[in-house]
Amino acid sequence: MRVGKLPARKARILALRYLGAGVVTLLFLFPVYWLFMISFKTPDEIYHVPPLWIPGQIQFSNYYVLFKDGDVLAILNSLIVAGASSGIAIVLGTLCAYSLARFGTGGENLAMWIISQRMIPPIAVVFPIFLIYVYFGLVDGYFGLILIYTAFNLPYVIWMMRGYIVDVPLELEESALVDGLNRWEVIWKIVFPMVRAGLMATSVFTFVFAWNDFLFALVLTRTEVITFPVMLTHYFGGQSNFWGKIAAMSVLGTLPIFVAVSVMQRYLVRGISLGAVKG
Amino acid sequence: MTLSASLNGAEQRRPSRLGRMLEDRLPYLIVAPAILILLLVGLFPLIYSLIVSFQRITMTENDTSFVGFLNYAELFRDARLWAALGHTAIITAIALPLELLIGFLMAQLFIDRMPGRQLFVALLVLPTVISPIVAGATWRLMFDIRFGPIGEILSFIAGEPVRILWTVNPAYVYPAIVICEVWQWSPFMFLLLLAALSNVDQSQLEAAEIDGASYLRVLRAIVLPAIAPVVAVACLIRGLDLVRIFDIIWALTEGGPGSRTETISLYTYVQGFSQFETSYTAAISFLVIALLTLITTLVLKRMELAR
Repeated sequence: MRVGKLPARKARILALRYLGAGVVTLLFLFPVYWLFMISFKTPDEIYHVPPLWIPGQIQFSNYYVLFKDGDVLAILNSLIVAGASSGIAIVLGTLCAYSLARFGTGGENLAMWIISQRMIPPIAVVFPIFLIYVYFGLVDGYFGLILIYTAFNLPYVIWMMRGYIVDVPLELEESALVDGLNRWEVIWKIVFPMVRAGLMATSVFTFVFAWNDFLFALVLTRTEVITFPVMLTHYFGGQSNFWGKIAAMSVLGTLPIFVAVSVMQRYLVRGISLGAVKG
Repeated sequence: MTLSASLNGAEQRRPSRLGRMLEDRLPYLIVAPAILILLLVGLFPLIYSLIVSFQRITMTENDTSFVGFLNYAELFRDARLWAALGHTAIITAIALPLELLIGFLMAQLFIDRMPGRQLFVALLVLPTVISPIVAGATWRLMFDIRFGPIGEILSFIAGEPVRILWTVNPAYVYPAIVICEVWQWSPFMFLLLLAALSNVDQSQLEAAEIDGASYLRVLRAIVLPAIAPVVAVACLIRGLDLVRIFDIIWALTEGGPGSRTETISLYTYVQGFSQFETSYTAAISFLVIALLTLITTLVLKRMELAR
């Protein structure tokens, strides 16, 4: 529908599209702006009627409180748990994906079973997992959370990496084998470098899944390894919502994601659609 | 090339017996750790849960004798459970088409090249990637009756003070949830549809344009069929997420007022972690799994038929 015989008409359409784009972006980013802005406000400004659209000055006392009270450890916990689980899931998942892609291990059935694991609703397994964790003393520890996030990320990694590995030219591996490399060396020296872009993109997504999870963290942590979404909900409550804390903690928990996603923009589409659309 | 040098070096090496054994079994060895973890964390709890669902374990008694389908029969008498399923269905039925429609309109807006498009897309995707708990918290602040901007904006539009208890008033809790949900996930639809639309065959579009076909006709005859598979996948992914919606509601209303916005996930949580109805929770879990499996199979069947 590329219309545009007259330059004037073309310019008008473009101007309209910019207007539309501006309005849409404003609508979708306003809540984000509001959140960031509250985190810089003083209590007087936060609880001001009518609400103030721009903070009087940028000040960091809301963040300072989080650091002083040690609440910021929740961010650290999130980093440890999300980082470790996505690292493990990437290594184990990619190896598994290689076997599925190149040897057809387990056939289509195994591949389907693995992807079906991703469809399991967390709410259906969180309770039995809680009971099992209580029995083995895994509640409120790093290991328990890392294990569960690894398991929930594995199907995704395997599914995505299988797609990337299939795209690696087979001749490349064959000639390396002929040249005397064994399979392990082929995987580490040929395949891993070839799918590096896919690995990076997939690990960002696994990190984000683990980082954003609330349900498992809510159930499986108490005091020691509370992650940031759980910490955030601790500030809710009746009349005394700590808005400054809520906003500052939200911003701290959102910045790493923004950075990761802007780096990975190119792979976003393929990543979120389970590879259904090659982005 | 350093690669070929190292390849020649490798040729001289003779693999040890252990090395050869490792290599022969390699396809299974490298699958094993991942499968083991999936079995341990995915399948084992389900089996455990299945057994428990036929017992009678509650907070007060630890009765491990088998009671058959008692817990499952209880499901049918549980009005709060069916209400929760109803709430889940309402939210899904309203939010999913809205997200799809808004995502499609946004994709239409950005489909043609324009300077700065990449920046717009990058900014618009932000709501989708933030934690749903943060999204809920943000909108909780936005909706606040005294200090939130929504009331202010509505008052400005209406020309008179508009004061709504969004997260408490039964008439407005669903709109509040849907607004938050649609705000967070329309960009997801937008991103997928933008990719799908840019893959539509350009020559067909140009031919239609030369023939003077109307916009709606082009949309019906060329565009929609071309993006249908992506739309189906997007709806499946989002549909499954919506059916198990938890975080946003927890942050916005905690299922309230009363249990008016309690979805199936929240209800399961309450049964398990407030009431400690261990066996009954297990039975609910299987109801949820059965429902989701049914939906997934139906959608996948339809997709295959359409192909």
